[in-house]
Amino acid sequence: MSVTTKTEERESKLIPWTGRLSEVPWWALIILLMGALIVYFIIVSPSYQTAFFFLVTGVKLTLGVSLISFAIALVFGLVLGLGRVSKNVVFYTLSSVYIELVRGVPILVLLIYFAWVVTPLFLQLMNWLGTALASVAVGPLVGLAENMATLAIQDVTMVVRAIVGLAFAYAAFEAEVFRAGIQSIQRGQMEAARSVGMSYFQGMRYIILPQAIRRVLPPLGNDFIGLLKDSSLISVLAVRELTHLGKLHRARTFETFETWNTVTFLYLILTLSLSLFVKFIERRMAYEE
Amino acid sequence: MKNSGVEPLPTDDDIIVIEHVYKSFGHVEAVVDASLRVKSGEVCFIFGPSGGGKSTLLRCINGLEKPDSGTLIVDGMDVTKKANIDQVRTEVGMVFQLFNLFPHLTALGNITIAQEKVRKRSKEEAERIARELLERVGMPEKADAYPEQLSGGQKQRVAMARALAMNPKIMLFDEPTSALDPEMIKEVLDVMLDLAKEGMTMVVVSHEMGFARATADRMVFLEEGRIIEEATTEELFVSPKEERTKVFLSHIL
Repeated sequence: MSVTTKTEERESKLIPWTGRLSEVPWWALIILLMGALIVYFIIVSPSYQTAFFFLVTGVKLTLGVSLISFAIALVFGLVLGLGRVSKNVVFYTLSSVYIELVRGVPILVLLIYFAWVVTPLFLQLMNWLGTALASVAVGPLVGLAENMATLAIQDVTMVVRAIVGLAFAYAAFEAEVFRAGIQSIQRGQMEAARSVGMSYFQGMRYIILPQAIRRVLPPLGNDFIGLLKDSSLISVLAVRELTHLGKLHRARTFETFETWNTVTFLYLILTLSLSLFVKFIERRMAYEE
Repeated sequence: MKNSGVEPLPTDDDIIVIEHVYKSFGHVEAVVDASLRVKSGEVCFIFGPSGGGKSTLLRCINGLEKPDSGTLIVDGMDVTKKANIDQVRTEVGMVFQLFNLFPHLTALGNITIAQEKVRKRSKEEAERIARELLERVGMPEKADAYPEQLSGGQKQRVAMARALAMNPKIMLFDEPTSALDPEMIKEVLDVMLDLAKEGMTMVVVSHEMGFARATADRMVFLEEGRIIEEATTEELFVSPKEERTKVFLSHIL
């Protein structure tokens, strides 16, 4: 080992210092500089300051919506992914129909569709079920039936519709990630699990999924960043997240530059720190394997 | 061996009964009209050229392959019935050519997981049994090692311990030494030899003719999916009846 180190040292001395400039991560420095510039503006300029303190309140909702949507998308996506590798024709077909349909529609359209088409339909179904239940209900069920029957469209907030829309859209992507992960595990693993008497589901639960999920952690992390960025689309539902607050602030102050510089800055802080986190996980996984 | 048209009736001794089993993959006929019986406590050795259907026949016994037609009874249970399969598999241990250890679990975890989840043993009991088995396969110090830290021979011995932990009545071996370096073959064969001595019913697909001579009660020669010859080990080595068996033996001995 010491021999190679010495050779490396000698070689590094042979390269002139100008050559070593190419090793500096310039891109990171440039980004840091741009960030520092915005921070400087926020400190010295009152209009940047107002924009920042108004907009930063939207970060909470952006992050919250993204986290909840992604959690639902992971669970639902896992079920769909299991459907994609299932030998059960009904399960496989249902999963495939859902995934193919949802993946084929732009997310913006999906969000609008969930908010304005699926939600009212769902409410009508609930009302109808509630009325039906009320005619036969006894005891504590009466209250539930009444609630269901009188549930109104404004009871379902836009935040809920946005979360559901994002979750159901991303579930289709996560399903394919899980499917790829499961299929990347050698067939022999399931055979070994079955041959010690495990059922298919035990084999999935204890043998295949623990390995598959480790493998798909990096793509899942990337998809979370993707979802966080796509959460800006829910501004069309007038949810008070970062982008929507940006629109409001711009309309109120006409300070276009300040507003959108700050919005972009806030998004980048979120996404870049997340992608650093994903890189960290990736490196740890590579080390362990 | 297909001398008489009369099939002997299965006796209580026959723990595996295979009758007229066919299995094909697309146009490839992997197993053609195979009939075979294995008695309890017997070591049955299946050999023959590669692609001859040995592995497929073996995998039919614990339902990893579903025969296209024929009868397959293991320990009184019909393997072709889906409802029986999990039950059959707890009675039949299997050792694979490429070990198929669970890479995310330690050697101990590999041996305990099915005991806990299938046999419903407590963690303590499962670990006690696992440690005993690791002792038995000669590697008690490797309990906490992950599969990637083990040599091929060690992996195969853990795989055997994993199968034995379920207290199987029958052990199936699918070319257990073919993926091993020569110096590791012996440590695996030694464990198998001990098992045979203890009276385990074993069906072994392998090319280890020395092992066959030492342990096998019966030998089956399989070629192009057909059972060409079935005889006691003595008969087969000393006076094989079929010409093709003789040719094959002369090539590998």
